[in-house]
Amino acid sequence: MHPPEKPVASGKQNIGEVVKDWIEYRLPLFKLLDGVVGSYPAPKNLNYWWNFGSLAGLVLVIQLLTGIFLAMHYTPHATMAFDSVENIMRNINSGWMMRYMHAVGASMFFVLVYVHILRNIYYGSYKNPRELLWIIGLVIFLVMMATAFMGYVLPWGQMSFWGATVITSLFGAFPFVGDYITHWLWGGYSVDNPTLNRFFVLHFLLPFVLVGIVILHVWALHQHGSNNPTGVDVKTPKDTLPFNPYYTVKDLFGIGVFLIIFNYIVFFQPNMLGDPDNYIPANPMVTPTHIVPEWYFLPFYAILRSIPNKLAGVLAMFGAIILMFFLPWLDGSKVRSATYRPMFKWAFWAFLADGLLLGYIGSKPADWGVLYHLGLSFLPDLTIGMLATLYYFFTLLVLIPLISRIEKPLLLPESIDAACSK
Amino acid sequence: MVHNSTSCCGGQKTSHAASEQDEPSRRDFIMLAAGALGGVGAAATAWPFINSMNPSADVLALSSTEVDLSPIQPGQSIKVKWRGKPVFVRRRTKEEIASAAAVNISDLRDPQSDDSRVKPGHAEWLIVLGVCTHLGCVPLANQGEFGGWFCPCHGSQYDTSGRIRKGPAPLNLPVPEYTFLSDTKIRIG
Amino acid sequence: MFFKGIGYALLAALAIAQIAAAEELEHPKHLAWQFEGMTGYLDKKAAQRGFQVYSQVCSVCHSLNRVSYRNLSDLGFTEAEIKAVAASKLVEDYDDKGQRIMRPGKMSDNFVPPYPNEDASRAAHGGAYPPDLSLIVKARHDGPNYVFSLITGFGPAPTDEKPVPNKYYNPYFPNHWISMPPPLSEGLVTYQDGMPATVDQMAKDVVVFLQWAAEPEMEQRKLTGLRVLVFLTILTGMLYAIKRRIWRNVKH
Repeated sequence: MHPPEKPVASGKQNIGEVVKDWIEYRLPLFKLLDGVVGSYPAPKNLNYWWNFGSLAGLVLVIQLLTGIFLAMHYTPHATMAFDSVENIMRNINSGWMMRYMHAVGASMFFVLVYVHILRNIYYGSYKNPRELLWIIGLVIFLVMMATAFMGYVLPWGQMSFWGATVITSLFGAFPFVGDYITHWLWGGYSVDNPTLNRFFVLHFLLPFVLVGIVILHVWALHQHGSNNPTGVDVKTPKDTLPFNPYYTVKDLFGIGVFLIIFNYIVFFQPNMLGDPDNYIPANPMVTPTHIVPEWYFLPFYAILRSIPNKLAGVLAMFGAIILMFFLPWLDGSKVRSATYRPMFKWAFWAFLADGLLLGYIGSKPADWGVLYHLGLSFLPDLTIGMLATLYYFFTLLVLIPLISRIEKPLLLPESIDAACSK
Repeated sequence: MVHNSTSCCGGQKTSHAASEQDEPSRRDFIMLAAGALGGVGAAATAWPFINSMNPSADVLALSSTEVDLSPIQPGQSIKVKWRGKPVFVRRRTKEEIASAAAVNISDLRDPQSDDSRVKPGHAEWLIVLGVCTHLGCVPLANQGEFGGWFCPCHGSQYDTSGRIRKGPAPLNLPVPEYTFLSDTKIRIG
Repeated sequence: MFFKGIGYALLAALAIAQIAAAEELEHPKHLAWQFEGMTGYLDKKAAQRGFQVYSQVCSVCHSLNRVSYRNLSDLGFTEAEIKAVAASKLVEDYDDKGQRIMRPGKMSDNFVPPYPNEDASRAAHGGAYPPDLSLIVKARHDGPNYVFSLITGFGPAPTDEKPVPNKYYNPYFPNHWISMPPPLSEGLVTYQDGMPATVDQMAKDVVVFLQWAAEPEMEQRKLTGLRVLVFLTILTGMLYAIKRRIWRNVKH
């Protein structure tokens, strides 16, 4: 341990500096702050796609704040949950505002994180030495999905109940232990009050776990610093700028733009991303015509349904995310940024389009998009969903590894500074 | 202001430094204005959250209770619930009113005349909050030496006007806000 | 290249944004409602007429459980009028001796349902349950237009549709056969403000009322939203100016 030096009182300090020195000597907060967002050097050529990380952090804070205040008025019991949410909407001061912010905030969190992930894929930010940073990020994504899934159950509407039923029933696909797992998850023989109560507790808990993982994420990032649009490493101080004021002000501007979009939706189209069926109280006796998860789960829902075998579908759905963990090793190219990787660039856009297509398919009824009736009782009819799922795995398992081997990348710039000076 | 002195590619150091000095006041002004606006925005955002903890509309709707006095006989007292707390509604007999009025105010720990604790013309009705001013227990009616209430928790005793006479309680039983809607109906709160 | 890709991706994303449940259903008639849009507001007179339609026609079968009588002050009713409305209904309660009694409604009570519970309602309607209307406008896709189309859309069944006993043909209802008989007819209600009570008028007014019942905060929400957006636009504009100022001499 290196105890800090006792500061020499200059005698000319103002009260602010005196307090600051007193704290700093006992807990080096200001040094930490400066190291993280002050003089911390960041590449000078970061474009606006680099704003999405800080925006996601902002939304995490928004969700925590709105969530805590909502929890003061919410009752996690099957007979009272829906009514307590309506009480928030109608009677609690500004309750409708907090509720809509929380619901829209959840969707915004996923928009931002998806864009953030896509940017990382495009610019190769998952590559050496940032593989663990990428993995931590995927863990954040998984925890987000669990949190969002459980949160959606809490209002106890029709979609809350039936979405919970469908997804928890998936675990029944596992042979031998399937039923034990689902009954354990449910706390009973179907989704009911025990399920709701535990989902509330876990939904409250996980975001705080998320804060911890985000701290690890930023810590890992700061080991080697941010990637940049050229993918070329920082070589000299001419390549960087201090985070403050350059990126603090740029992040603040980005926050401003985001808040405009966020608040437009909250105040003028708050139910745009939701399902009307969730304004009907949960009824175990009546299934909605179309059980649809929230939009951010749709691509995975499509993958799940595209495979006729229940267990295979579950494995494919989880596999789609698990495979992402291995991206740094599936992609062997030494060049990071797609700017200089023409083949990879095409693969990226095709992958994105496939993802959007899968999302669209997920919103459609299960029997949608049949391309070819094979007429064989033991073979499923070919659907667009199956092709889209196949393409997803093809990209990760075949296309990207292949491209990384045979691609001839463009000439990289000498340095970031050189790239800026052109 | 911290910045990289060689941040400009091509080394336009001089002009950069010069412009730095030229317009610090313009830059500072807009930053101050933005900071102030941001602060206002933060406060305007924080207020609804804090206000959400205030009583909600349904709670406020139940903040007043109407009580029908007609079934209460002289000498009888009932207990009603108002804002989640008990309220004693007592129809006093002439003797009880007289004994309350006869007390020497300066002898009281919390000096208050009986007149000031009832509505003019309705002296037979005593309406007080049924919460002991010591530590909040509900006193028992028609017990104690003073013809009023006795609190079993620590022995406070109140008279026929609900005033503290003996025991640890510091204040008289509070008289809530109430109005006579008619001779037989009151609204509390 | 980057932006072309975004463009294609956005087009696909727009397709996703349509998570419509309506399939072979008739698309609802589309009306221009005063409450729609960023500057939408509640036509209080229409809402008052709609309340009259709800009270005299719909409330016989449909409850409005989540609305309280005191909320009616939003529509411009006086305290005396609201007290009279509330007192005209009997509410279940308990007396001081713990016995179940029926007492006249108070302002703080919620709207009294026509039946004490869902089972009683089903028993009275041959197994069908007239849903509670407090949230109906939010619980159906394109709610206001759907409700309007549904209650004005009854008609004779086309020849290729097999009639279902005890149900009525309505092309806007899923599966086209609804247990509710056409609720409105010309002049069914006599409006207090003298407005002619055509079927369309009553339907429009009740939709405005139900829109309010589902979203009583709407006007406040839109007003606050406008203020928030103006404020944020100014602040973001300033932040952009500061950003440009700070980055002015950096080649990036």
